[in-house]
Amino acid sequence: MVTEDQVWQALRDVEDPEIPVISVVDLGVVRNVRVRNGHVHVEFTPTFLGCPALEVMRERMAEEIRALGAEPDVEVVLDDSWSTDRITPAGREKLRQAGFAPPTPRNATAPKLVQLQSDAFRCPYCGSTDTRLDNIFGPTACRSLRHCETCRQPFEQFKTI
Amino acid sequence: MTERARALLEYADDELILGWRDSEWTGVAPFLEEDVAFSSISQNEVGHARALYEIAARELGTTADELAFDRKPDEYRSAPLVEFRRMDWAATIARHVLYEAADEIRVEALKDSGDEEVAGLAAKMDREEAYHRIHAQMWEERLRGEPRFQAALDELWPAAVAVLPEELRPELAARTGRDLPSNSLLLAHERGSHAEEWPALWEEMTEVRRSVPGAAW
Repeated sequence: MVTEDQVWQALRDVEDPEIPVISVVDLGVVRNVRVRNGHVHVEFTPTFLGCPALEVMRERMAEEIRALGAEPDVEVVLDDSWSTDRITPAGREKLRQAGFAPPTPRNATAPKLVQLQSDAFRCPYCGSTDTRLDNIFGPTACRSLRHCETCRQPFEQFKTI
Repeated sequence: MTERARALLEYADDELILGWRDSEWTGVAPFLEEDVAFSSISQNEVGHARALYEIAARELGTTADELAFDRKPDEYRSAPLVEFRRMDWAATIARHVLYEAADEIRVEALKDSGDEEVAGLAAKMDREEAYHRIHAQMWEERLRGEPRFQAALDELWPAAVAVLPEELRPELAARTGRDLPSNSLLLAHERGSHAEEWPALWEEMTEVRRSVPGAAW
């Protein structure tokens, strides 16, 4: 009989296909796991609503659960329960090591242009906070582009949402 | 159709069609950063449309794809503002600035609504929309002194007002410092009427599903 712990452990092998260094568990998108009579119900929230990785992650989670010999039911929950604050400390460190600056903590209010232009954003390569915003948008919905003035390295900064 | 389904379809149609229009800048925006920005904004808007269609589809006993691609042209509830095809940067930014201002008011109202499912989705959408608003603000500041941009704002203003239901319009006028247009000026821009570019856009959007009914991708 499959246990919830086994399911959580298996989901640690499911990576975000757009950022293969981080698992869906570290990303904080798995909200709940429930096992009942060999059926595994997983509640899963998208990061960004238009994220093309959504279906891939959903299918990969179902595969992992089938490999445990259980019947998966992966439900996509479209509520407001995910924010970048749900990324685990381990996940943040994995992002940084791969050259993605982890998101800054979320404030009480939505981010403002002036904050993106003048707040301290740390370069994931050299640690300098002397970085500037190049583009609010980047290669995927979840990232902005910044440039480090100290080591002159462009880098991808996770948006805080 | 219930009031709820109708409101969801209006919102979903706006986001799908604006996403489509914004994606027309992919590859041909004035510079690379804006290719990336408009492509990313489009992707978000289409993602919002899908989520809104899914809620509406459950109520109407259909699917998001059927709502997005299998309706007749006059069944779409989009505001004409999002249908215009203006491959002109000043007009594109003017629409972006006005749409985001109207959309902020709409999404705030939904977040406060008693409909838990819709309010939750609206709050999630709003996290992403915050970055669209920042982008619009950045361009508004950059183009503020440009006569072409100001002319485009004036021209598109009545269509922007018509994005919102009547009770939310005074708030948009207050936030943008503009006067509400007369009813006769608004008439051509109200939902139910469509921009002259709409039939061609509908042909393009629905071409695959009309050629291969039920196609998924």
